[in-house]
Amino acid sequence: MPVLSSEIDRDALTLTFVAEFDGSVERVWQLWEDPRQLERWWGPPTWPATFERHDFTEGGESRYYMTGPEGEKARGWWKTTLIDEPRRIEFDDGFSNDDGEPAPGDPIKGVVTFEEISSGTRFTIVSTFGSPEYFEEVLGMGMEEGMRGALGQIDGVLADARQSH
Amino acid sequence: MVTSEASESETDRVFQALSDSTRRNIVTRVMRTEQSISQLAQHYNMSFAAVHKHVAVLERASLVTKERRGREQIVRGRVETLRGASHLLNTYEEIWRQRAQQMDALLSETQEKG
Repeated sequence: MPVLSSEIDRDALTLTFVAEFDGSVERVWQLWEDPRQLERWWGPPTWPATFERHDFTEGGESRYYMTGPEGEKARGWWKTTLIDEPRRIEFDDGFSNDDGEPAPGDPIKGVVTFEEISSGTRFTIVSTFGSPEYFEEVLGMGMEEGMRGALGQIDGVLADARQSH
Repeated sequence: MVTSEASESETDRVFQALSDSTRRNIVTRVMRTEQSISQLAQHYNMSFAAVHKHVAVLERASLVTKERRGREQIVRGRVETLRGASHLLNTYEEIWRQRAQQMDALLSETQEKG
């Protein structure tokens, strides 16, 4: 089992996930770059992914769908926002409408880093769920008044963090 | 370690529930205010049976509850499932565990090939 640690921050709405792989940084990078390899791990086992488009360049976009046990399709999109081969990838990932184009709501922001270690590669992904709108549009969250307030505060914190970049 | 049969099928259920834009819309609607299946059917230009099917999928993912009231079936959002974003984050964590396992399998496959 390659997972080292996994940490959920419920206030900041982030997941930090660290795993180690037996393989060079360059080899692990290919798993992200090559759509045919990417689709063999992106979807859960019962929801295999198909990438119809994968423009793995800064500003490039991807379109994919995952096919469920009953043939239903879950569509999603990617926008690669930063590439520093073979060390770092930043991308946005969101739900798509049935036509494959992005659905309303903020995407999940992912920051992926690869570090060379003696046994291979340490992989870290920090995923951040964006604004209250994401929950309202996609999950119907934030309809509860208390939740709306809490998420509003988080949005403020995230906006501050963005400005300080 | 949360890797278990139960959490995997939980992931499946949430995926299935949210894979459809009508279902996402139903969740948003019933979180705001409870509605009967017939009321929902009016919004979507869809048969009662079709909406009933969507609601059943959402019910399996614990996103809504359904309760019979007289001749109506009332659908309500399960705010407690979504509260604190725990459900979503836990599901997302499980997704990354599965992805890491699959990446790992793929890497060992290419190594064997040499």
